[in-house]
Amino acid sequence: MKRYSAFAIAREAARYHQGWERAWASPEPKKKYDAIIIGAGGHGLASAYYLGKNFGITNVAVIEKGWLGGGNTGRNTTIIRSNYLQDPSAAIYEKARSLYETMSQDLNYNVMFSPRGVIMLAQTHHEVRGYQRTAHANALQGVKTEWINPDRVKELCPIMNIEGPRYPVLGGLWQARGGTARHDAVAWGYARACSDMGMDILQKCEVTGVTSEDGKVTGVTTSRGDIGCDKLGIVVAGNSGHVAEMAGFRLPLESVALQALVSEPIKPCMDIVVMANTVHGYLSQSDKGEMVIGGGTDSYNNYTQRGSFHHIEETVRALIETFPMLSRLKMLRQWGGIVDVTGDRSPILSKTPLEGCFINCGWGTGGFKAIPGSGWGFAELMAKGHSPLTAEFGLDRFKEGRFIDESVAAGVAH
Amino acid sequence: MLILHCPYCGVDADETELAAGGQAHIKRETVGSSDGDFEEYMFMRQNPRGVHFERWRHVNGCGKWFHAARCTTTLEVFGTYSAQTLRPPQDLLTHITGKRPGWSFSQWLETLS
Ligand SMILES: Cc1cc2nc3c(=O)[nH]c(=O)nc-3n(C[C@H](O)[C@H](O)[C@H](O)COP(=O)(O)OP(=O)(O)OC[C@H]3O[C@@H](n4cnc5c(N)ncnc54)[C@H](O)[C@@H]3O)c2cc1C
Ligand SMILES: [Zn+2]
Repeated sequence: MKRYSAFAIAREAARYHQGWERAWASPEPKKKYDAIIIGAGGHGLASAYYLGKNFGITNVAVIEKGWLGGGNTGRNTTIIRSNYLQDPSAAIYEKARSLYETMSQDLNYNVMFSPRGVIMLAQTHHEVRGYQRTAHANALQGVKTEWINPDRVKELCPIMNIEGPRYPVLGGLWQARGGTARHDAVAWGYARACSDMGMDILQKCEVTGVTSEDGKVTGVTTSRGDIGCDKLGIVVAGNSGHVAEMAGFRLPLESVALQALVSEPIKPCMDIVVMANTVHGYLSQSDKGEMVIGGGTDSYNNYTQRGSFHHIEETVRALIETFPMLSRLKMLRQWGGIVDVTGDRSPILSKTPLEGCFINCGWGTGGFKAIPGSGWGFAELMAKGHSPLTAEFGLDRFKEGRFIDESVAAGVAH
Repeated sequence: MLILHCPYCGVDADETELAAGGQAHIKRETVGSSDGDFEEYMFMRQNPRGVHFERWRHVNGCGKWFHAARCTTTLEVFGTYSAQTLRPPQDLLTHITGKRPGWSFSQWLETLS
């Protein structure tokens, strides 16, 4: 793989950009791999990458039914933060956030990580108490966050109306090193690095069945033929229930649509990320100048990658009180993704009833921020059978009542 | 927008008039159940790509709970029916099998314990 650098750009500029290589190969499937990951979203690709990088397992295929990064990884609003309440969450999200800091260098791919700061607004007294509690929890966890007052909120985000009338801003939970990254680049960067290690990324290859012998996984059947493996990782977000069924077990989650929209591009007016959970909206400005807006999920099961139209209206209507200038903007595009939501709003990284088969799912509405940490932990789980990062996120927690309850903190969970 | 016919008051209600209540036909567990059964009741959910049965409430209307049969990949509504039943009416099931040959209710129910 030729490295990307300022020098490479100059070199290519001098020869009409004819020397750029393909970023990743498009091989034919082999008969068998040491490990197969189903799903080339951020989590699947990161899992493969750390299998190779941290454990030297490179005879790996990542199988994708569409194009890599075409699932939720390419559809999200890219908010990165790690200010969760529970210790196991803080550990895995903070690991992820810290890996984002050096991801561009590690992958030799510019993922445009922008730690511009994230505020979670408190607009009710309930939220004030909730976020102050989170700030204290974060202090104990070693996650740097801070409770800030309304004046500081206004200073950080002058376009905000903090006076109400319905939902005055009472303060906020501020994480200065939270921010955003380019979502496609995260998938592309991992894919390029995986391909460089000799892994096969098999796009347009749908997994249609999971094969096993004596309770142990032996491979998958796909639209491009049968492929064998010793270990299997299922990392398919909204389709987790569907693929788990192929492997013969059920999951405590449901798939619902979550949507986002962007406005026409405007001049820079907001250089941080704001989440307003009371009014179910969150907002940032992209480098192109578009206001990127997300809302809440639909309330019923859906696989169509669209969302209910009235949700857009609800989201925008609510945000306008806090961001009056939004009312003047035209919205350009709207889209949806299918997110897999668990009972305690925390992910599942776990062994499964099928030996050799592991699952990484349940990231629901907020897993972009977790991609590197999830990949790191899941690779360790697949390679060694256990990982301190994933230990609390097992499937058995629902039976045992050991929930990692983030649902309180996650009215809107990004 | 999703439109469901309320079997109680007869209104064709827009999604904004309704509240989704999750999967239908869940068997309620209570004191004395095993951990596994309780997990089923509390957390395990059918999540099919295709035909699904759900509870809905006509919240901004007559206020009653009812059941709906819907496809999660096309958003087609097959029909709605009373909540006072353990099983969808046979004519609705026949209607669904007509549209989705090979599909059966027992298949949907099978994985529910
Ligand atoms: C509108 C929206 C906004 C969001 N905003 C944020 C945010 O601001 N911050 C944040 O942290 N998170 C956010 N999220 C959540 C985040 O996008 C997801 O948690 C994350 O991207 C999940 O990554 P993944 O790799 O697990 O899944 P995906 O990227 O969905 O990848 C799964 C892949 O599996 C493939 N697949 C499925 N079935 C099969 C099969 N049978 N065979 C082969 N391949 C298969 C799919 O095609 C897909 O490419 C948002 C999500 C949405 C939809
Ligand atoms: Zn009614």
